[in-house]
Amino acid sequence: MRKVPIDFRVNGVQRSVDAYPMERLLDVLRENLGLTGTKEGCGEGECGACSVLLDGQLVNSCLVPALQAAGSDIHTIEGLAGKKLHPLQEAFAETGGAQCGICTPGMILAAYQLLERHPRPTDEQIREGLAGNLCRCTGYQKIFDAVRQASEAISGET
Amino acid sequence: MRAYLPDYDLVAPAGIDELLRLIAREPGEWRPIAGGTDLMVLLEADRLPFRRLVSLSRITELRGITASDTYITMGGLTTYSDIQNNEILQREFPLLVKAAGWTGAVATQNRGTLAGNIANGSPAADSPPALLVYDAEIGLLSERDVTWREYCEFHTGYKTNCMEPDEIIAHISLPRNTDGCVQYLRKVGTRKAQAIAKVAFAGLAKLRDGVIERIRIALGSVAPMPIRCHQTESVLLGSHIDPATIAQAKDAIASEIAPISDIRSTAEYRTRVTMNLLDEFLRGLAA
Repeated sequence: MRKVPIDFRVNGVQRSVDAYPMERLLDVLRENLGLTGTKEGCGEGECGACSVLLDGQLVNSCLVPALQAAGSDIHTIEGLAGKKLHPLQEAFAETGGAQCGICTPGMILAAYQLLERHPRPTDEQIREGLAGNLCRCTGYQKIFDAVRQASEAISGET
Repeated sequence: MRAYLPDYDLVAPAGIDELLRLIAREPGEWRPIAGGTDLMVLLEADRLPFRRLVSLSRITELRGITASDTYITMGGLTTYSDIQNNEILQREFPLLVKAAGWTGAVATQNRGTLAGNIANGSPAADSPPALLVYDAEIGLLSERDVTWREYCEFHTGYKTNCMEPDEIIAHISLPRNTDGCVQYLRKVGTRKAQAIAKVAFAGLAKLRDGVIERIRIALGSVAPMPIRCHQTESVLLGSHIDPATIAQAKDAIASEIAPISDIRSTAEYRTRVTMNLLDEFLRGLAA
């Protein structure tokens, strides 16, 4: 099987790549498009390091065949900041929610989806929303702090 | 060891007719792939036995959940997130909603499909015990026709099923008859979250004047496939729940499961836990 042309939008920009149909979206993002913010952890859908938003839905990009992403709208960590950092990125930096950084892009995108669904999440909702994202540095408490801080910032309260 | 990608073919038909024609022309040659949460894991480990895959992701006919007065029907591409967001399922089929929330985390629930979970046929999958107690029916679609199968007849052994090679799982239907039923679901794993079941137990029952007039019991992880416990049900049907009946039912369930010892648990532990969960379910019914 040869590579085929696959078109999609990434962070608001129309892109076209040549990829094997069963190539992982993760590899297409990192290797074809140079978007190395998306990390590979386990490569089997357990750790969440490769999380991206595919048509607004959080997915593990290591489990998405490239052809299934054709025509879709993809958002990676590189697309989250505008002229300034997104409140989640600021909060992760300020609270120490990011340490080694491998889980951070996926963790922030999972937190982004969580705050879309639950703008003022309970601890239980944070736990559920981030259950698929593993972190070996922080012990998670500082990540929880970051999500709460971002939630308050986005909701306009301090 | 990663798979060698040029060995794999993947096509994505735009419509159901094109899809069914393709798999009818070369029966057994094309493996359907929906959310990829099982098959892509095998690919990465270079253990994916299928070389030609056909994506269902563009087939809009397989999306959506519809309800009539008597049935709720989930399209073959219904995801675990879709299940959790559906109000009828939340109200009438809470065990399925709960099981959907146990299946991986958000990213897996957004992609993984119920039909894919059924087709994959893992005896440890979270949803099958719930589907079994709800008397689920599976709509198998081919270019020839639609065949409806009772889900309790679907799995025929470890990762084998009754599907013909030109069929896909197009619908999963549940009869809307859970009104007044007591419903119970419990999964015992190594830890509370993100664990694969050592034992999963689903129960559904209706009592009239203290007598069990309807009962369904189903289990995961204690046999080569998800199972309905017909013998245990027949012990309980028409009975009052008293210590003698509970003891008799526990003996029956221990004799109709076939657990193994593996990396997750032992056969002895699985048997004991199955009996304990039945005990808890029945005592809850009597309370």
